[in-house]
Amino acid sequence: MAVDKNMNVLIVDDYKTMLRIIRNLLKQLGFNNVDEATDGSMALQMLRVGNYGLVISDWNMEPMTGLQLLREVRADAKMKAVPFIMVTAESKSENVIAAKEAGVSNYIVKPFNAETLKMKMTSVLGDF
Amino acid sequence: MAATLDRDLALRLDVIRRDHGDSVKIDEVALVVRGLLDTVDGDISAGDLRLYRELEGLADYIHSAKAEIVQLRPAEIKTEFIASATDELDAIIGATEGATNIILDSAEQIEHLGTMMEPDVAERLTEITTRIFEACNFQDITGQRISKVVKVLKEIEVRVETLVRVFGQEADLHAPRKTPKEVSSDEDLLHGPQLATDAHDQSEIDRLLASFD
Repeated sequence: MAVDKNMNVLIVDDYKTMLRIIRNLLKQLGFNNVDEATDGSMALQMLRVGNYGLVISDWNMEPMTGLQLLREVRADAKMKAVPFIMVTAESKSENVIAAKEAGVSNYIVKPFNAETLKMKMTSVLGDF
Repeated sequence: MAATLDRDLALRLDVIRRDHGDSVKIDEVALVVRGLLDTVDGDISAGDLRLYRELEGLADYIHSAKAEIVQLRPAEIKTEFIASATDELDAIIGATEGATNIILDSAEQIEHLGTMMEPDVAERLTEITTRIFEACNFQDITGQRISKVVKVLKEIEVRVETLVRVFGQEADLHAPRKTPKEVSSDEDLLHGPQLATDAHDQSEIDRLLASFD
């Protein structure tokens, strides 16, 4: 099944510049319905009321980290199936393992390029 | 004799604890050690003598450590050097963030131009702007690395604070004062970029130059 590029994508990062970079890269990949949150708790509120086909989240944020957000998402019956990609500078094995155990769909290490973003999105959503 | 000694020592330690809490001045510790040594003087075995020498060495070590720490001017490290370093690092984060946003603004405008171009030119512009967006990742990573350094500096600050507390005001009072540096060579004029709060803007520079006319 073809990926619906009109799906809502939620990007979460406490660096507004990074949100802007990801939004632009998504736009170039054809995804224009992009919402932004600047920390985990804000993202959680948006996910509870919105209908999102993908979450792309940073890890290191306050007060709620990306990992906590991921756990909340996976524990919620309504949201638990939403694909969740972690985009972070945390590149230690223990981080990747913790994210995997929490149910992450894929993991991108910063700094990343458009090709990596597309590849990881394809592995989670299918070809587009 | 041992019981009297224990009682005297205990009383003395109680007085020190009452007066100073856990932050006992090094001089007080040295006085107790000296007092202890004076008490055992004249009634010592070979083992006691070794203990005596060890304690004396310890007292000397404490004194020289204290002198060295005072020379470091710990209060100044906290209020001047660390504060200045963290301000400089914050300024780096602010400046790179500002510059990155200007680069992104420009890249978005270039990308928009693509809608007015032939498809092959538009595609090429998209490739170029993608490279720009990717490169701007650096700002996030730089910011996070600098934040880590700031955290380390804050940790050093806490430890220096503890040092100052242990030495009371002594460290500051006995420390040789740093006198304002005279400008005596070209090297003394090399301060590097100024923080926004300390810097003169162009109009102030112009006014200063004009004052020579």
